[in-house]
Amino acid sequence: MYVAVKGGKNAILNSYRLLAEQRRGDNRLPELSVPQIQQQLKLAVDRVMNEGSVYDSELAALAIKQASGDLIEAIFLLRAYRATLPRLGITLPLKTERMSLKRRISATFKDLPGGQVLGPTYDYTQRLLDFTLLASSQTVPTTDTHKTEEQPARMDLPVTPRVVDMLNSEGLIETRPVPPGDPDPVDLTREPLRFPAVRATRLQNLARGDEGFLLAMAYSTQRGYAHSHPFVGEVRLGQVALEIVPEELGFAISMGDIEITECEMVNQFAGSKTEPPQFTRGYGLAFGHSERKAMAMSLVDRALRADELGEPIESPAQMEEFVLSHSDSLEASGFVQHLKLPHYVDFQSELELIRKMRAAASQATNPAAPGVTA
Amino acid sequence: MNAANENDLAPLAEVAGEDVQSNFNFAYLDERTKRMIRRALLKAVAIPGYQVPFGSREMPLPYGWGTGGIQVTASVIGPDDVLKIIDQGSDDTVNAVNIRRFFERTAGVATTTHTHEATLIQTRHRIPEIPLHEGQVIVYQVPVPEPMQHLEPRETETRTLHGLAEYGLLHVKLYEDIAKYGHIATTYDYPVLVNGRYIMAPSPIPKFDNPKMHMNPALQLFGAGREKRIYAVPPYTSVESLGFEDHPFEVQRWDASCALCGATDSFLDEVITDDLGTRMHVCSDSDYCQSRQDALANSGAAA
Repeated sequence: MYVAVKGGKNAILNSYRLLAEQRRGDNRLPELSVPQIQQQLKLAVDRVMNEGSVYDSELAALAIKQASGDLIEAIFLLRAYRATLPRLGITLPLKTERMSLKRRISATFKDLPGGQVLGPTYDYTQRLLDFTLLASSQTVPTTDTHKTEEQPARMDLPVTPRVVDMLNSEGLIETRPVPPGDPDPVDLTREPLRFPAVRATRLQNLARGDEGFLLAMAYSTQRGYAHSHPFVGEVRLGQVALEIVPEELGFAISMGDIEITECEMVNQFAGSKTEPPQFTRGYGLAFGHSERKAMAMSLVDRALRADELGEPIESPAQMEEFVLSHSDSLEASGFVQHLKLPHYVDFQSELELIRKMRAAASQATNPAAPGVTA
Repeated sequence: MNAANENDLAPLAEVAGEDVQSNFNFAYLDERTKRMIRRALLKAVAIPGYQVPFGSREMPLPYGWGTGGIQVTASVIGPDDVLKIIDQGSDDTVNAVNIRRFFERTAGVATTTHTHEATLIQTRHRIPEIPLHEGQVIVYQVPVPEPMQHLEPRETETRTLHGLAEYGLLHVKLYEDIAKYGHIATTYDYPVLVNGRYIMAPSPIPKFDNPKMHMNPALQLFGAGREKRIYAVPPYTSVESLGFEDHPFEVQRWDASCALCGATDSFLDEVITDDLGTRMHVCSDSDYCQSRQDALANSGAAA
C-alpha cells in the first residue's frame, strides 16, 4: 500500500544527529579543538579563508571542524556567514614590496635584490610517509627564523623590489598604470558578475574561485590549450600591512597585518603593429600560504587577457564566460548536488514522452505490434 | 542508532536552531539586501519577462536548492503573511520542509499547506492545481533563467538576442523536434512569450502548468540565485507557450486518474509500489489531493 511521503521534518532532524555522530567519531578519542585546527591544519585553513573570502583563521578552523574536514563545505559555511555582514570600507592597494617575507622565490633570476628565500615549503621534501608522525605528542623546536616571521609588517620595512619592477626599468615588460580616476572595483559579493568583465573583476572572481578548477584551467594552458610561455617572475609569501584612510582622519593608518601569497608570472608577447615585443604579466594573490592557488590564478589571469592582447581565443582557459561562470565552488557544488533533490515532476513528463515516442516507433516498424513493450 | 522519537529530538533541534530569530534580521536577509532585491523586483514587474541581474547573496542553503526563491520570498514577506512552500507540488518533500522551517525560524510567520489560505507561495517545479486569486504572490525557484542557455551558453550573446527579440533559435529547436519526432519533444521548462515581448523560462514546471501562467490574477515572481537573475509576470499578463499553427502547444494527458482522490484533471506522478513494477498514479499537488480526499470522506459520512 502506498504511503504518502511524510515526516520530512523528523528525517531532517535525525540526519542532523547522525551527522553530529559522524563528525565526532569515536567518543573515546579526544575531541579536535578549533585552535588545534587553526595551528596544525594551517594550509586547509588558508584555503578556506581564501575561497570563503574572510580573513579569519579562527572562523575558518571552526568551519572546517563543523564540516568534518570537507573544505568546500567549510567554504560554504564561511561564505554564508559573511553574506549579510556590513562592508565597512575599502583598503588601499597592498604594498607587497614592503612585505615581511617568509619565502620569496624567483625562477627568472639566479640572484636578485632581496635574495631567494626558500622558507617553509613542501617543494623539496621527499614525499616519503613520515611514520614518526604516527606517534603523538611531538614538539618541533622553533627556529630563529620563526621569530623574525612574527615581526609585524611595518610601513618602514626595507623595500624588496619586485621582479616585474626591475624588468620595468628596462622597459621590457608591460606597465599597468592605475586607470584614470582610480575607480573603485566592482564588489562581486554585492553585484552580479556581468560580461565582459574588467580585469579587476576577473581577478576577484579567480581569488574566490575553486583551487582545483583553477589548477586544471592553468594546467590546460601549459598543454597547448592557450600558449602563454610562462615564467615565475616571483612567488612571495609573508605579512603585509593592511591600510585604510578613514574619512575623519584623511591619512593612511594600518589596521594590522595579513599573510598573503603573491605570484607575478612573466609571459611572452610577440608584439603587435603598435607595440614592440615585450613581456606581459599574469597576477595571482591569495590569503595565507597558498602557492598553488596563486600560481594557477596568475596563469589563468594571463590566459584571460587574450582578447585585450589581440590573441586568438581558442581554448577554454581564454574564454571569460567559460572560466568565470564555472570557477565558484559554491555555485558548482550546489547545482551539481541539487540533482539529489526530487525531480519527480520533470521525470514524469519525460517518462510520458519517451513512452509515446517508443509506441510510435514500434507502430512504425511493426504495425501489428501492441502499444508499449517493456 | 535507535529510532528517534520527538522528545529525543527536541533538545537537538534547540541546539541546531539556537535562537535564530534574535541573532538574525527578520527573514534572515539584512534590510539593505532586501531593498536591493525589491528594486530588482520592481524593475522585473515593470518589464514582464525581462531578466534583471541582482546581487544574489550566499544563503545558508546551497545554490541550486532554491536560493533565488528564498531571497525573493525573504524580500517580500511581512509578519502578517501566510506562507506555503511546495516542491514538486508537495508540501512534504524534504526540501519544501527545510525551506518552510527556515522561514519559520527566521521570520516566525504563519505557514499553511492550503493553497487558498496562503498569501505567499514559494514553489519548485509546479503551480498549484487550485487557481490562484488576486492578492496572492507566487515565487518560483529557478535553476536556469535563460531559455536559450542550452542552445547558446554565452550570456553576452543571449542578452543581445533578447534585446533584438531575435528568438529564431527557440523556434528552430521546436521545429527540429517536429521534423525528427512528428511532435514537439519538450515536456518541461517549455518556453513562453510574456506580454508579447520577452521569451521566458517558466522554471522547469511541466508544460501541463504553462496555461495557468496566462492572465493569472496572482503576481508571479521568479528568483534564480546561482545565476543572479530575477524576473516577473505581473497579474493579468499574457503568457503564451510557443507553438506553430499546424503544431500548436499541447499539454500532457494521462489515461489514469489519481489512485487516492480520483482526480482526472491534475498532474499525476507515477509511483512504483512493488518490485514487480506495479505502478499507481497520484496527484503531484498534495494539498489538492488531500482536500479532495477530505471532501469525499465528508460527503461519504454525510450520506
